[in-house]
Amino acid sequence: MTRMLLAVALGATLLAGAAQAKDTLTVGMVLEPPHLDPTAGAASAIREVTYGNIYEGLTRIDHRGEVRPALAESWSISPDGLTYKFRLIGGVKFHDGTPFDCSIVKFSYERAVAPDSVNAQKQLFEPIESTTCPDPLTAVVKLKRPTSLFLFDMAWGDAVMISPKSAATNKTNPVGTGPFRFKQWIKGDRVEMVRNPDYWGAQPKLKAVTFKFIADPAAATAAVLAGDIDAFPLFPAPEAIDQFKSDPRFAVHIGTTEGKTILALNNARKPFDDIRVRRALAYAIDRKALIDAAQSGYGKPIGSHYVPTDPGYVDLTGVYPYDPAKAKALLAEAGIKPGTEITIMLPPPSYARRGGEVIAAMLDQVGIKAKLVPIEWAQWLDQVFMRSDFDATIISHTEARDLDIYARDKYYFNYHSPQYKALYQKFVEAIDPKTQLDLIGQLQKKLADDEPNVFLFALAKVGVANAKLRGLWDNDPLPANVVAGVSWAD
Amino acid sequence: MRGAWRSRNLLAGGAITALMVLIALVSLVWTPYGPTQIDIVHRLATPSAAHPLGTDLFGRDELSMLMAGAQSSLSVALIAVIVGAGIGVPIGAFAAARGGVPDDLVMRACDLAFAFPALLTAVMITALAGPGAINAMLAIGIFNIPVFARITRGAARGVWGREFILAARAAGRHDTAITVLHVLPNIAAVLLVQATIQFALAIVADAGLSYVGLGTQPPQPSWGRMLNDAQTFIWRAPLLAVFPGLAITFAVLGLNLLGDGLQDLLDPRVRRAR
Amino acid sequence: MTGYFLRRALVLLSTLLAASLVVFVVLQVLPGDPAALMLGTGARPDTLAALRHHLGLDAPAWLRYLRWIFGILRGDFGISYTYNVPVAELVRQRSALSVPLALLAIVLSTAIAIPVGVFAAARRGSVRDAALMGAAQVGVAIPNFWLGILLILLFAIHLPWLPASGFPGWGEGLWPGLRALILPALALALPQAAILARVTRAAVIETLGEDFVRTARAKGLTRGAALWRHAVPNALIPVVTLIGLQFSFLLAGTVIVENVFTLPGLGRLVFQAIAQRDLIVVQDLVVLLAGSVILVNFTVDLAAAAIDPRQRRPGA
Repeated sequence: MTRMLLAVALGATLLAGAAQAKDTLTVGMVLEPPHLDPTAGAASAIREVTYGNIYEGLTRIDHRGEVRPALAESWSISPDGLTYKFRLIGGVKFHDGTPFDCSIVKFSYERAVAPDSVNAQKQLFEPIESTTCPDPLTAVVKLKRPTSLFLFDMAWGDAVMISPKSAATNKTNPVGTGPFRFKQWIKGDRVEMVRNPDYWGAQPKLKAVTFKFIADPAAATAAVLAGDIDAFPLFPAPEAIDQFKSDPRFAVHIGTTEGKTILALNNARKPFDDIRVRRALAYAIDRKALIDAAQSGYGKPIGSHYVPTDPGYVDLTGVYPYDPAKAKALLAEAGIKPGTEITIMLPPPSYARRGGEVIAAMLDQVGIKAKLVPIEWAQWLDQVFMRSDFDATIISHTEARDLDIYARDKYYFNYHSPQYKALYQKFVEAIDPKTQLDLIGQLQKKLADDEPNVFLFALAKVGVANAKLRGLWDNDPLPANVVAGVSWAD
Repeated sequence: MRGAWRSRNLLAGGAITALMVLIALVSLVWTPYGPTQIDIVHRLATPSAAHPLGTDLFGRDELSMLMAGAQSSLSVALIAVIVGAGIGVPIGAFAAARGGVPDDLVMRACDLAFAFPALLTAVMITALAGPGAINAMLAIGIFNIPVFARITRGAARGVWGREFILAARAAGRHDTAITVLHVLPNIAAVLLVQATIQFALAIVADAGLSYVGLGTQPPQPSWGRMLNDAQTFIWRAPLLAVFPGLAITFAVLGLNLLGDGLQDLLDPRVRRAR
Repeated sequence: MTGYFLRRALVLLSTLLAASLVVFVVLQVLPGDPAALMLGTGARPDTLAALRHHLGLDAPAWLRYLRWIFGILRGDFGISYTYNVPVAELVRQRSALSVPLALLAIVLSTAIAIPVGVFAAARRGSVRDAALMGAAQVGVAIPNFWLGILLILLFAIHLPWLPASGFPGWGEGLWPGLRALILPALALALPQAAILARVTRAAVIETLGEDFVRTARAKGLTRGAALWRHAVPNALIPVVTLIGLQFSFLLAGTVIVENVFTLPGLGRLVFQAIAQRDLIVVQDLVVLLAGSVILVNFTVDLAAAAIDPRQRRPGA
């Protein structure tokens, strides 16, 4: 009897599986978002679920990393670069029926800079002097100073349009203008959303989308193999990729991300205040072997804080080729005795934990003993990032085009270079795109020369998906899984 | 029949434990390869003459890592038991000697400690103090304290009731002196058996903590972390997920057999506490 | 009996209160600021201060403790810092996995252990007894998380019968959910069953030697009847006590086994909350887990006292 019941139950599930029409999608993600309001938290996972699906901004970033119109159909910039006039799309409604117009823009931007704002990227809005509404479909944003990346910045997930009605509850019940509406969130497991029939743009082909959270590499592999997950855009087990490559049911997408993985050094602390030591570390690390071991070969070496896919990239990987002998000589010159101990803090991602083990072995070859200290994100942020209490750490900076961090007065790795600052100031004030690109190149070269951190590799976007899926993003210009254009081939 | 069983447990347990200790000691001076020596080209190699148990994700020799893992696992467990017994036994002996309110307080504190699932406590402590071998020793040691306190107190109370103790008391001997000279020697057998059992439990706890990344840290190999690493590669190199587990089971089995054997040998009537 | 009950209940309450204080104090020293984690690398001091105030983190510790305890007394476990939902809701969602898993493990371990233990006792000294007890000896030594990995290797990879990890939830029906719990429950149950089988065997052997069983045999009962009608029921008292005690061990065991099978249960919630410095969730969970252990022990004590009045003496 029991066996019969089981058989019936099993049969029913199989039937249910077969009957399922292919207009739904299950996307795998490593980290679960803490909540679903991108204007109130820094976690990438919030954007990976909501960006372009639930929420939209005035501008957006497309799969190539370029700025495109979104809720603003067009814009004009005054010659002095201080006034942006956005033409808004008419007839757009939030999922709760609230109409979208200029008052929403004003509300969203002013909320982001308000004293009690918890926006994680407040500095993006800091240049804004005022937002005014000459008519409901025109928004005029005045800036305090020219900001060359302003349109790019306003495309970030932190700058999406928020309705005043739902602003307080977006964390658990997100309401936006996007092509999908939030349905439910099973904590610890998945977020579900359904097609928004009233969407202002082209209707998405998918009826429903589920984001499922699986942090464990082995479990992620199993879930994709079993067909529980249709697409895993940032797949956590590069070591399992070969298996998917040889299986016709799956397509492997290898793309790029903005992740600049670096061995960050505390430039204010001995011995890293000595440029010879920093350069010696750069010579001591075999980037190719590191990528092979820690990332199963996926990833591209970098020579500065800039990824090859961004405009103005200069290849500086040849500045410090792998050369342990030279590293030893430089260390000796700097008076570093063999056996000197340094501590490397390792946050949770495998690029850091595994990368740390490989780097420790490489540093051992040049006489430096690396003590590895694994820490959680909370402690990393507190101890390393906020208090700069560290020797070295391995970290991937995933913010796009963030050369500005080296020009800040206070940043965790304590790099202070008046020349770099001056150079960066010139870049910010440059309006002509050609001058901008040239300055981006100079900034990269200056960093490679000073080597404040050891630049390791650009994190690859290693994704696995069902071979029948169309329209997934190969690259990861910003944390997002925009699925509006995804469909199933027959 | 009973005698045969007894000596068989003792012999097998003793032999396995001695072998483990020997491997751990040898690993300090010799392993086939350096246990932290990376060889990216030969990563995830299957067992061969060069690498009898294959290599791991970084091309490290699995056998060498298991040997070095024995050393770290046994030392963490040993120190955890020493910490637990070193603090727990005096507390228990004190409670038994004093009786009354101090005894009640100690026993209530033990109840409180037992209310926290041991592993959960260890996870919290290592999260608090940072992961690593030393903190793992302390975390495991701390939940060994009430175990030793309870068993010491229970066994010692039995001894305190005996006539020769009453005689010593009547002779004006101080409680501390009686405890050290008469009580502890009389319960040493019970404590030894318990220590063996706690040693085995500590090995499992250490492996569990390492498995979730809170125990012994790289580059020092540890069995638990080797299992965790192997799980990611379970599709490509399933054997890597087998060997470290066998090592843990073998070590624990040896100590359990030794404990059973000792118990039968030293005092067949002694009941193991929990 | 009433006086005894009241005394025990008082001890129970004070233990719970002490446990809550211990957890709270311990977590105060935990490094890492939940607000900083939520805001990430772009956080500015004013934003941080705003969020800390919003979360109530800027109040003094004693006030936060009192708010927390009085909240719990009113059934309000607080709001998770990271998820921004009531902790009670999180616990309810996760319990839907952990409680069935623990129950399934207890049922499996009992269902395996008692027949094996009784069988071995009845044939004590035989080859089969030796084989079973040898297997139990090995079973006790196998760590449950490694057993979990082996089961995955065998029944999810080598023979693709059962899912290697994850939990679809009960929303899709009983079977898909149960299917996902079979391997983790086995991983938890088998080592426990090994311990339980050894205790059952010892207990049955002991009762077999007692007078009333001998009398029953003398009265002409068959060996089997004497075993099942007299020896086994009497041997069950220590066995049931042990099952109660295993509860605490099982709770801790799920913490790691849920990690092996990536199951969204209470154990993983603890890890996640510690990693994200979601202190209110950690506090609540530890107190809940400790509380349930204390309650189970309390019940076992009461049951023992009801059976055997000698246990009721003070200080026992």
